[in-house]
Amino acid sequence: MTRLSRQDSLFLLLVVFLTLATPILLQPFPEGSSLAQFNAGYPDLMQRFAIYGIFAMGFNILFGLTGYLSFGHAAFLGVGSYSVVWMYKLLGFNVVPGLILAVITSGIFALLIGYISLRRSGIYFSILTLAFAQMSYNLAYSVFTPLTNGETGLQVYGKDPQYLMGPNSPNSPHFFGLAMIDSVKLHLAGWEFTFNIGYYFTAVIAIIAFYIALRIFRSPFGLMLRAIKTNRTRLDYSGVNTRPYMLTAFVISGMYAGLAGGLLAAMDPLAGAERMQWTASGEVVLMTILGGAGTLMGPILGAGFIKYFENIFSKINESVLHDWFGWLPHGVQDFVVAVINPFVGEGWHLTLGLIFVLVVVFLPGGIMEGFQRIWKAFGRKSVDSSAQTELNPAE
Amino acid sequence: MKFDKINRRSFIKSSAVAGAGLALPTIFTSSARAYLNEPKGSTVKLGFNVPQTGPYAAEGMDELRAQQLAVEHLNGEGDGGMMNTFSSKTLKGNGILGKKVEFVSGDTQTKSDAARASARSMIEKDGVVMINGGSSSGVAVAVQGLCQEAGIIFMAGLTHSNDTTGKDRKANGFRHFFDAYMSGAALAPVLAKAYGTDRKFYMLTSDYTWGWTQADSMKTFLEEKGWDMIKDVRTPVGAGDFSSYITPVLQSGADVLILNHYGGDMINSLTQSVQFGLRDKQANGKNFEIVVPLYSELMAEGAGDNIKGVYGSMNWNWQLDNPGTKAFVKSFGEKYGAPPSNSAQTCYVQTLLYADAVERAGTFDPCGVVAALEENTGSIAGIDSPSNKGFMFDGMGTGKTMYRSADHQCFKDVLVMKGKESPTNKYDILEIVETTPVSNVWYEPDNEMFGGKDASLGKCNSGA
Repeated sequence: MTRLSRQDSLFLLLVVFLTLATPILLQPFPEGSSLAQFNAGYPDLMQRFAIYGIFAMGFNILFGLTGYLSFGHAAFLGVGSYSVVWMYKLLGFNVVPGLILAVITSGIFALLIGYISLRRSGIYFSILTLAFAQMSYNLAYSVFTPLTNGETGLQVYGKDPQYLMGPNSPNSPHFFGLAMIDSVKLHLAGWEFTFNIGYYFTAVIAIIAFYIALRIFRSPFGLMLRAIKTNRTRLDYSGVNTRPYMLTAFVISGMYAGLAGGLLAAMDPLAGAERMQWTASGEVVLMTILGGAGTLMGPILGAGFIKYFENIFSKINESVLHDWFGWLPHGVQDFVVAVINPFVGEGWHLTLGLIFVLVVVFLPGGIMEGFQRIWKAFGRKSVDSSAQTELNPAE
Repeated sequence: MKFDKINRRSFIKSSAVAGAGLALPTIFTSSARAYLNEPKGSTVKLGFNVPQTGPYAAEGMDELRAQQLAVEHLNGEGDGGMMNTFSSKTLKGNGILGKKVEFVSGDTQTKSDAARASARSMIEKDGVVMINGGSSSGVAVAVQGLCQEAGIIFMAGLTHSNDTTGKDRKANGFRHFFDAYMSGAALAPVLAKAYGTDRKFYMLTSDYTWGWTQADSMKTFLEEKGWDMIKDVRTPVGAGDFSSYITPVLQSGADVLILNHYGGDMINSLTQSVQFGLRDKQANGKNFEIVVPLYSELMAEGAGDNIKGVYGSMNWNWQLDNPGTKAFVKSFGEKYGAPPSNSAQTCYVQTLLYADAVERAGTFDPCGVVAALEENTGSIAGIDSPSNKGFMFDGMGTGKTMYRSADHQCFKDVLVMKGKESPTNKYDILEIVETTPVSNVWYEPDNEMFGGKDASLGKCNSGA
């Protein structure tokens, strides 16, 4: 193995630092202050940041490098979740067998779907993957109910065999005895930081996944994938068979999604069919484009951005707004609240949509392009490693 | 390996480290605690997890309105609503156990995944002690499981599937709403009386857990009355267009169509059936009839005129004539300008029942609350069964009602409803045909439709 360049090593270190310090970085406001609403440092959301980061990273290997837009990645997410929950049911609550199975099954799934879908390119490829994902969703929702428990979602019941469960094993998902739901809380002055085992477990896996993605981006294989994005016909004419490369990228990307799905079930032992729905597939496309397709860091930022909106912005309801603007005179207060209200709470989709439009129009390279521009504005000629990770807009 | 001699510098360094190590336990608190999210200040937080987007959003918003009203009443604002008629007199309008009640709301999106994410953030970020609400059985079962694992109380909102307190019952979960079994048991005699005993029926069923248990129950009870099932066709959820499912009904030889649909699906399938002229047709020499086993006011509003003369069942209706209903409809109507739906009533009552159980237990500890809600304070008259015991209450709009200890299911009379032929205003669209007494819809906790002998509540979990 060749060594990483100095820039890449620094970049990796930065990512490791950011990931490990997340519980502190996401908790900037003291408890009890009116801004505590915006704190995001609680286990569930931090886990989601890491997991959807992995999902988007994997999607980016396919979409960012080859330009093939898959609209069916949620199918692999779902397959991963179901694998993990089935391992809970059969073996016990250790997450390791489930995660391994999740990666393997999603890989096989990706191989099958990719083998067929990759016969076409462009919009036809997208539609084929979408069709497969919707097929999987509908099968999981109703036809395969004995396997998936349909609409209710697959759960662990007391009567499940769980052959490897010892008398002292934790009764919730764990990694060799370390229960995912356990946390240590740190109280410092007014602040409260939660260090959750489940988050650090996903964070370590996310860092490994990031390292692998980095290696793929820098490898000759990655270069070949970029060549396919630039001009596939030309490669075909020069006698290169591109299909094996495409299929490999598709399978790797599917395995990332399967891993992410598996981790979702590792944090919360339930697998629902909605995970396979087209909206979930669309979400990862949004994450990738919002963050910056083709960049290493972009999709992870995009994932964090969307999950933050979904979980924090959607919680701001009318009474919270009235609290905030309580200092305004009564009539003005009602007016301000009435204007803002459609954009928060259940209207978070609207705000997200507006931001998405603005980003696509003004920053085609996503959030990463925004960072790069800011960096340039400060007069630095050679951009730092994090911003230098090739900035190729999606199309 | 090489050991350095201890010099002054390294001694200071290592003692600083040791000191920091000793100080750590005082700033770190591990997971050791009396119970999860114990309210320490002068307030207590409840979580209202309802669909605010998606097909059941209308139901969800009505639930949220009712929950807000319940919080106001608990805090002593407004006119007190059902707190004045509730048979248990522990609630004084000074919050719960003297703590002011606050709430956070979340959006379930009618998806199990999203509902669990929203519930987890309420538990982990906002520190709620109880979650209430929801408008789908899939979501209810998923969130109930989560609350059990985490260690807080779940008071289910609108969930009608047998599974919620059947095979998926949990010690920390409670359901006030009725279930598919009760609908079937209440509807069948009324249908047999209205349409005769030699009917042939055809069912369209939403293809998921709730639809199946609903179809099962209807089939069992109607066949007991001598009806024959021609066919049970599964339709995908959210299909939108049901015409291809409705066309074959007329040629099938059936003379009754049963629509096991809910929400938007029910509005579409009923409207399309009526537009196809099913109700004007004759089959086997009888008038063709349509039945919708589970009604709600919001669905009835959506279906408009098509609902006239169609039978269905309900948990509660604002037109009921009792003090609890009147008090609730009055305060809800004054605040929001419309009568409450039956899902709103369930969520309101569940919030008060929770508050009352905490008061009686004297603690927010989930295990104490479970014990208070399981407390044996009587049984329903006229039912001879060892499982006929639990917390009895009255004055909440549904008459004498019992939270059965064995499976945490409420037992009360079931309303059989019919679409009104000549409504006087836009809320007056359903009429109460019959109030089926609870003894007619009673079942044992180990009933086969409810998971049989395998189903058990398990142990309560306080998250300690």
